[in-house]
Amino acid sequence: MKFSESWLNSFVDPGLSSEALSHLLTMAGLEVEELDPVAPPFGQVVVARIVDIHKHPDADRLNVCRVDVGDGQLRVIVCGAPNAAAGLKVPCALPGAELPGGLVIKMAKVRGVESSGMLCSAKELGIAEDASGLLVLPEDASVGQSIRQYLDLDDQLFTLKLTPNRADCLSLTGVAREVAALTGKTARFVDVPEVPATITTKRDIVLDAPEACPLYCGRVIRGVNAKAPTPEWMKRRLERSGIRAISALVDVTNYVMLELGQPLHAFDNTHLEGAIHARMAKPGEKLLLLNEQTIALETDVLMIADDAKPVAMAGIMGGEESGITLETTELLLEAAFFAPKAIAGRARRYSFVSDASHRFERGVDFGGTRRAMERATRLILDICGGEAGPVVEAKAALPQRNPVRLRTARAARVLGVALPAETIADLFRRLGLTFTREGDDFLVTPPSYRFDLEIEEDLIEEIARLHGYDNIPAPAPRGALAMLAQGEAHRPLPRIRQLLTDRGYQEVVNYAFIEEAWEQDFAANSDPIRLANPIASQMAVMRSQLFSGLVANVQTNLKRKQNRVRLFETGRCFRRDAAGGPVAGFSQPWRLAALAYGGALPEGWGNGNRKVDFYDLKGDVEALFAGLSLRFEKATHPALHPGRSANILLEGREIGVIGELHPEWMQKYELPLAPVVFEIDLATAQNAILPAYAEVSKFQPVLRDLAIVVDQNLEVQTLLDGMKKNKPALISDLNLFDVYAGTGVPEGKKSLAFRIVMQDTQRTLQDVEVDAALQQLIVYVEQAFAARLRS
Amino acid sequence: MKNLDQIVAEAQAAFAAISDPDALEQVKARYLGKTGQITELLKGLGKLLAEEKKTAGAAINKAKEAIEAALNARREAIRKAALQARLAEEALDVTLPGRGEERGGLHPVTRTLERIETLFRSIGFEVADGPEIETDFHNFTALNTPEDHPARSMHDTFYLQDAEGKVADGILLRTHTSPIQARYMQAHVAKYGHLATMPEIRIIAPGRVYRVDSDATHSPMFHQVEGLWVGEGVSFADLKGVVADFLRRFFESDDLKVRFRPSFFPFTEPSAEIDVAFMSGALEGRWLEIAGCGMVHPNVLRHAGIDPEKYTGFAFGFGPDRLTMLRYGVNDLRLFFEGDLRFLHQFI
Repeated sequence: MKFSESWLNSFVDPGLSSEALSHLLTMAGLEVEELDPVAPPFGQVVVARIVDIHKHPDADRLNVCRVDVGDGQLRVIVCGAPNAAAGLKVPCALPGAELPGGLVIKMAKVRGVESSGMLCSAKELGIAEDASGLLVLPEDASVGQSIRQYLDLDDQLFTLKLTPNRADCLSLTGVAREVAALTGKTARFVDVPEVPATITTKRDIVLDAPEACPLYCGRVIRGVNAKAPTPEWMKRRLERSGIRAISALVDVTNYVMLELGQPLHAFDNTHLEGAIHARMAKPGEKLLLLNEQTIALETDVLMIADDAKPVAMAGIMGGEESGITLETTELLLEAAFFAPKAIAGRARRYSFVSDASHRFERGVDFGGTRRAMERATRLILDICGGEAGPVVEAKAALPQRNPVRLRTARAARVLGVALPAETIADLFRRLGLTFTREGDDFLVTPPSYRFDLEIEEDLIEEIARLHGYDNIPAPAPRGALAMLAQGEAHRPLPRIRQLLTDRGYQEVVNYAFIEEAWEQDFAANSDPIRLANPIASQMAVMRSQLFSGLVANVQTNLKRKQNRVRLFETGRCFRRDAAGGPVAGFSQPWRLAALAYGGALPEGWGNGNRKVDFYDLKGDVEALFAGLSLRFEKATHPALHPGRSANILLEGREIGVIGELHPEWMQKYELPLAPVVFEIDLATAQNAILPAYAEVSKFQPVLRDLAIVVDQNLEVQTLLDGMKKNKPALISDLNLFDVYAGTGVPEGKKSLAFRIVMQDTQRTLQDVEVDAALQQLIVYVEQAFAARLRS
Repeated sequence: MKNLDQIVAEAQAAFAAISDPDALEQVKARYLGKTGQITELLKGLGKLLAEEKKTAGAAINKAKEAIEAALNARREAIRKAALQARLAEEALDVTLPGRGEERGGLHPVTRTLERIETLFRSIGFEVADGPEIETDFHNFTALNTPEDHPARSMHDTFYLQDAEGKVADGILLRTHTSPIQARYMQAHVAKYGHLATMPEIRIIAPGRVYRVDSDATHSPMFHQVEGLWVGEGVSFADLKGVVADFLRRFFESDDLKVRFRPSFFPFTEPSAEIDVAFMSGALEGRWLEIAGCGMVHPNVLRHAGIDPEKYTGFAFGFGPDRLTMLRYGVNDLRLFFEGDLRFLHQFI
């Protein structure tokens, strides 16, 4: 809602500066989004008349004008504007004037001709963008008058950002009412006497959908001159409200809408046949609208139709064919009340909004419909002439304004501050709310223009608003003290993030919607969850995995010469899942993924230049699950190198994958080195072990090293599993400390060296039993894995 | 026979000339070895009379002690010199950078979210979570925003496609974290509804939310943190108290100005916008919109099965992205979602 302060002041004088008024409105919930002067500061610009005009003797494009600025003499001004002509009234900046942009006007010779001033365009005065020529003023402008005064430029433009509940403030009347309530001043509204009918022409009105349209007033006006000019004052007010002046009839309907909040519509009466109907659209019905859009109407759209055809989307936009033009001489003026529910969302469905729909879907004052009709009639007759017929009013059940009970004690309980009933009564009076009292209870009947006062809390908000939110105390919070649960076997998310950052990973946040190809590449998902209205094709589907985002982050950073990248992200992934979670059909697990690219360690004199590999990240995964026993099983995954990837299992359940990016994707995504990645179910990483004590031996352990040669393809896990299961009881731990293949080890074989720890908690071990235990283990690996001792 | 003093002086001089430990032991033998001068003198004592033996013996022993002392002193000096030499040789350039992994860092918005969680946990708020693909019901209807409510146009919503490629019915990407309110209250009632008085609900719910909007100040995905306190006698004044306390702690600024002004959200009544103004820095004195809040609308309480006559509560929603920008002076929202290490490494 945009309007000029001077228009508002014509209804109520708040007695405040523009800034103070702006603050008052903002703090009352009518947020002033912008407060701008109509024109930037400048002075010494006056109305001038070009008396005569001659070509400049030495410049083709310049004219030499003699100009009257009302000081009894003619001054010579050189002017290059193409529209300069004798007899025109235009703004003239006198020597000494400083124009917006800093131009200071001086006496100056222009190509040898002394020029004493400058004739101005609208742009040069900073009041419009038009720089095509001089700003031509109406003939009635009085020569010599300050242009600021003449054009009323010392005015301020208010732009309100209204919340959807305050439809009553979508008019000057509404804002003035609010200002009066806030300041305690009295508002004076336009006097609107009934305009008596001077002709009998009328059109019948039928309410076919009385719930959607319970009130419709129509009036025929004949013999209008649609080409009559709109008065300057009206144009100015419209333009300062952001509405372009179009033609007198259109301008009047817009003006009354701004003034009173009632959207109006004017039909060319000669294009109508029979009675006017307010009815729901019929199946298959279409309408060409004023915005030149043809709409296929759905049956829940309220229409205005005549006996033969639809002529308007009620309360939204009129039809093109029945619309008024400059040739119109006979019109049917509509002022109606359309129920918010019947209008809401319809315009949006067809991807447009209109000033009318914006108002009707929020609620228009049904008590002011007739008044708006009379107001518009008067203005039309005054501006365009013509004769008005009688108002035909069709009326059904209008919205009820049921009394709302406000309990003083409840207001105190909700607000946390006890206002006396007398204070509340006073606030209600200022708001123009009528009420009766039952002790400290108020029974408030909201006025027809308030659609937002339905329950007690709505009235409590009104009390708080007028009392001032600032005047409500802000005490330290009080509540029942209760400690929060701290499950020790549940690792908080911040701890997990910290572990990763401590291990060199940087957290990133990527969009949850990604390119469809990424789902295919990184998850072989050819049926991803697609958005119906993505903002771009690279953001079209919901991710089911986090790898793609991290790989894209590597690309971004490589472009910026960051050649070592270690990233992690936690976030939800999205999958179709019939079982689903809280939302049927989808599972939305939290996942954790990490990626490392480039050097195993940061570039540095002592850090070597080994590249990060599978085992580096495996170590990080193991650190995340410290205390729990993970297993890694060779696996294939669409994103990963088939020989260098594994499923991660916790207690037999698959919780994630780890591996090197598939060489195919390295090539496609232009990565010179192979990123190593893992992704796990975040909830599982939050599992932790509640420690339980086990006895520590007082006796020295015995350590023995055992080096064996086995088949190259034998997985260490298999060997370890077997050894642990079949080892003698004395052996408490087996630790693989070396893996070797090459010189000294036969082709196709590898050497594995284990440190064997033997320990008894109750006694010192004897050499003989140590040797026997080791021998037993050797025999086992020889038999089970065809291992042999390395010589 | 040499004068004993002479021998001692000779030995002292000889030791002093030597810096090699092995050579020192050889020279020692000349005086104290089996055939060393002092040893020989001691052997010669046997030939003397008892009376003479006593005096001469004492003199020889004194000389021996002097030589041994000189020897030990020299040994220690040589050991010390050797240690010094080794230490000098082993000296490092301590200014070389350290080895090994560098620390990574949290995303700046995560830093903010963790601080918010810590601050609110300190007054007994639990952290709650909810789905991001959400039902229309929880995102809107349960929050008193029925179909076609004009407030729906405040949220440009992302919808999903169904199997036929049409807009899926009743499913969307949540436009705010408020649906967590609705879900949490329902669960709370299911758990405690049988009690005469339910325990208070005090939660915050951080998360990612989605709206069809993208420019320098809007991202189609961004963060919100929802707060909810429902109990007997929770008031608008309490809301002001909690929020003002939080903002001053968060920005570590006791003179931070906080104001509440009336606003509208379908799920709160009365509703407010929260503005802050800093008393110093680049944004000094400007009111900055930072959150929306209000008293939970009775319809929302009723939807969850909570009696609004018995219980009242407040809810608020902050934008952690904006809080992060203000806290660290970040001027472009898009930086948060680009994964640029040069930006992210500033938040270690």
